[in-house]
Amino acid sequence: MNEVSSKKSVLSDHLQDEIEDWISRYPIDQKQSAVLGALRALQHEEGYLPVEKMDAIAEYLEMPAIAVYEVASFYSMFELKPVGKHTISVCTNLSCMLRGADEIVEHLKNKLDIDLGESTPDGKFYLKQEEECLAACCGAPMMQVDHVYKENLTVEKVDAILKELDHKN
Amino acid sequence: MSEETVQIFINDKEVTAPKGAMVIEVTDQLDVDVPRFCYHKKLSVAANCRMCMVEVENAPKPLPACATPVMEGMKVYTKSPLALDAQQGTMEFLLINHPLDCPVCDQGGECELQDIAMGYGNSVSRYTERKRVVPDKELGPLVSTDMTRCIHCTRCVRFGTEIAGISELGATGRGEFMEIGTYVEKSLSSELSGNVIDVCPVGALNAKPSRMSARAWEMVQSASVMPHDSVGSNVYLHTLRNQVMRVVPRENDEINETWISDRDRFSYEGLNASDRATQVMLKTDQGWQATDWDTSLTHVADKLKQYQVNDIGVLAAPHSTLEELYLLQKVFRQLGVNNIDHRTQQLDFIDQNAMPLFPYLGQTIKSIEENNSVFLVGSNIRLEQPMLAHRIRKANAIGCEVVSLNSQEFDFHFARHYTWNLAPQQWLQALAEIAKCADSIDKLPAELRNIVDAVNISTDAQQIYDLLNNSQQSSVMLGAIAQSHPQASALRALSDFIAQVTNSNFGMLAQSGNTVGAWLSGVLPHRFSAGEINPNAGLNASEMIATSRRAYVLFNLEPEFDFANSPQALEAMQTADFVVVFTPFNNEQIQQYADVILPIATFAETDGTFVNTVGHWQSIGKAVSAPGEARPAWKVLRVLANKLGFGDVQYQTSEQIRDELKQLFTDEIDFTSHLKDFSHVNLKSDVNKMHRVSETPIYAVDNIVRRASSLQIAVADQESHVAMSTEQAKQLDLLNEQVVRVVQGKREVTLPLRIVESMSDNCVWVQRSAAQKDTLGEAIAPVEVQRTANA
Ligand code: SF4
Ligand code: FES
Ligand code: FES
Repeated sequence: MNEVSSKKSVLSDHLQDEIEDWISRYPIDQKQSAVLGALRALQHEEGYLPVEKMDAIAEYLEMPAIAVYEVASFYSMFELKPVGKHTISVCTNLSCMLRGADEIVEHLKNKLDIDLGESTPDGKFYLKQEEECLAACCGAPMMQVDHVYKENLTVEKVDAILKELDHKN
Repeated sequence: MSEETVQIFINDKEVTAPKGAMVIEVTDQLDVDVPRFCYHKKLSVAANCRMCMVEVENAPKPLPACATPVMEGMKVYTKSPLALDAQQGTMEFLLINHPLDCPVCDQGGECELQDIAMGYGNSVSRYTERKRVVPDKELGPLVSTDMTRCIHCTRCVRFGTEIAGISELGATGRGEFMEIGTYVEKSLSSELSGNVIDVCPVGALNAKPSRMSARAWEMVQSASVMPHDSVGSNVYLHTLRNQVMRVVPRENDEINETWISDRDRFSYEGLNASDRATQVMLKTDQGWQATDWDTSLTHVADKLKQYQVNDIGVLAAPHSTLEELYLLQKVFRQLGVNNIDHRTQQLDFIDQNAMPLFPYLGQTIKSIEENNSVFLVGSNIRLEQPMLAHRIRKANAIGCEVVSLNSQEFDFHFARHYTWNLAPQQWLQALAEIAKCADSIDKLPAELRNIVDAVNISTDAQQIYDLLNNSQQSSVMLGAIAQSHPQASALRALSDFIAQVTNSNFGMLAQSGNTVGAWLSGVLPHRFSAGEINPNAGLNASEMIATSRRAYVLFNLEPEFDFANSPQALEAMQTADFVVVFTPFNNEQIQQYADVILPIATFAETDGTFVNTVGHWQSIGKAVSAPGEARPAWKVLRVLANKLGFGDVQYQTSEQIRDELKQLFTDEIDFTSHLKDFSHVNLKSDVNKMHRVSETPIYAVDNIVRRASSLQIAVADQESHVAMSTEQAKQLDLLNEQVVRVVQGKREVTLPLRIVESMSDNCVWVQRSAAQKDTLGEAIAPVEVQRTANA
């Protein structure tokens, strides 16, 4: 039998609590305002934004699914496809570039044997294409590893960071 | 000078403009050209394309005309060096990523980008870098995409949100990576989706069925009117080599504004169907034989004269032209036949003498927008009358409350909407409850008063009454489902009564393009042309098929689809002695019951008139000639009349027929939607039995639409099924069934079961796919739903 049921059920209880929490911060008739918070919580749980869960969020917040996709695809912090466990994004903006960011990127690409925008086959690392200055120019060149800033990078320092991440697993 | 206007100067010419208007609205009024892409007068202002730059005195920079409100004394220059420079700059940027593939683009020759590039662009590009390429999107069988051509004006996105009421297209990604699409692959589902083809200023969104089949400048444009709903949307038929290649809206603010429904836009494919009738055919002892018009019509006349007039039944489709309908009834009336009807989708006729001159909407189409509340009785209006639903949606967007009495929640696109879900056999009681809220029910006849007295007013009823009563402008509209109800007369009477006591407008949603025309011309057993009463009323459509006649004349109808009780209609045709079919189509099914097939022209192939739901007469000329031997039906009827010995039927043009009918209206046409009295109503019902409810699928309303292949593909995944709520399924012990058996009288059908929670108790929804005939019988009737035998 084809049951047409609510999509909400694909969201974990924890996620639903998070979304409720975000909703409660805005006026009742402006549920949609919670969309960024909801997507962030979803990404935190899943590592990326699966379509069916975005659809569930759309239903939850009473907005068209396409509006959720628009938000999700606008912000580069959101991942739309599954990616490696650790996200590495090297800033290549002006200050970092002048201080050797390109070399760092090249090194990472060779070492992990992937291109920007790709993940390692073992699913450990994801080399994200960084689009803007990450506002840490005084520590250039720098990169963001998961949510942590690593500054004044050298090739050796990058190797050490990678090794540490590898061990964590 | 009034408060509401300001004086401004456009290119040094002083003009008066309404306060708050945008500069572009004023220049458009004056026919001063300002180039634009994102601005569209029926959509919100986005001001994102920057093409409409004009110079405004004292403003340091050029300003977008579409987003700059007029101000007292403002001086606007549309062609100054500053303005032109800005326009040219924008044009250059827009062309950077545009593929300039005009030679292979359907939009070529009618493209806003092409036109404006000619006027404002440079002939040589300074851009030598790589252009962006955007993957095309799959949006279903109606709209084709070439997304590299898109200039991100977002008109299509705004159309979805603001007009169609379904947001399906959006802008995903950002900056250089922004794309217009649906993100996940999906077909557009709006019944108005084809309008994105028109709003798109470039060739990014085009009509898929006509893709790459003709160049814009090769086609000839003929003004026409579409016959598939009672709005009569104004269109242009674009033709090439005697074939309709595509259909586009013709602007008419009173009727369809700048839009048309997908049904009207793509139904033309049915005109080119492979089973078009091109030969006059006679059934003989040796089987079917092609013959000529003279032989066949002599045969028809001779045969018809052999029957008692009461043994003949004449049934016509309400999407035929007014001239055809008038002449048909005139010829057969002259023969003495009174069994003439077009109301094939109706089951209850008991109040036919109380009906107004024609089923009238009761207000203009435009004024629907001014309602503060609308009460829909038995209507899935979005699918029945897409353009009327659009007007209600517009009212809804500025605060109009929409409530409906239906068997379930339909997929309406109204922002605020409440459905009172009840099984159809309870609708009479429901309306009685609302009627009971009135101060006095004296106006009702005793039978209805008894019913009203017996009910208790529920909160739903009280709320609906209060809503209508307290609204400054309100309407009660009777939909197609209510009109095909076995108690339609009682629903009509109570709805009209409720409208009157709440000071609301009462309207009946006429079914088809010329339902009103059929009433006016007298394709009715009980009335002649112009509403004159026929003292010897004949049988109505339902009686004609229930009590088999010996001979039938079928005009533009397919019995297996076009009747409220289609299996019965088909049986009647199959068992009849002699069946003459006037039809644009000829196939095996028709040959099974027909004895003579007379191939006739469709609306696009003849001159004719359509009268819409507000009584507006619209005459159109033929755009193409009918294929083969097929002829305009009014000419065929003229010859048939002569063969029958009625020498006075001598028209040279279809206008003469129309004018003859017009002259029969000696008084002013009576524009009222109210019933003359409420005294004849059908109260018989099996309230306690479970009922089925159905509607005619949106793309199955007439013989042309049913053959429109792209529309059929668009709904191909909507399979036949039966729907009920979990509660109902539990009660019937069917919760774990995949398919169930629906038994209606002596007929039955096995269908997949779907759970639809909004279905009310005690009824099931029987949905048939557009290609499927209904084999159960009456559209609303008691049924039993059981497990299939081997379950
Ligand atoms: S597809 Fe057409 S209407 Fe839609 S944004 Fe692109 S250019 Fe505008
Ligand atoms: S340029 Fe790299 S942090 Fe600012
Ligand atoms: S038309 Fe004014 S900015 Fe696009």
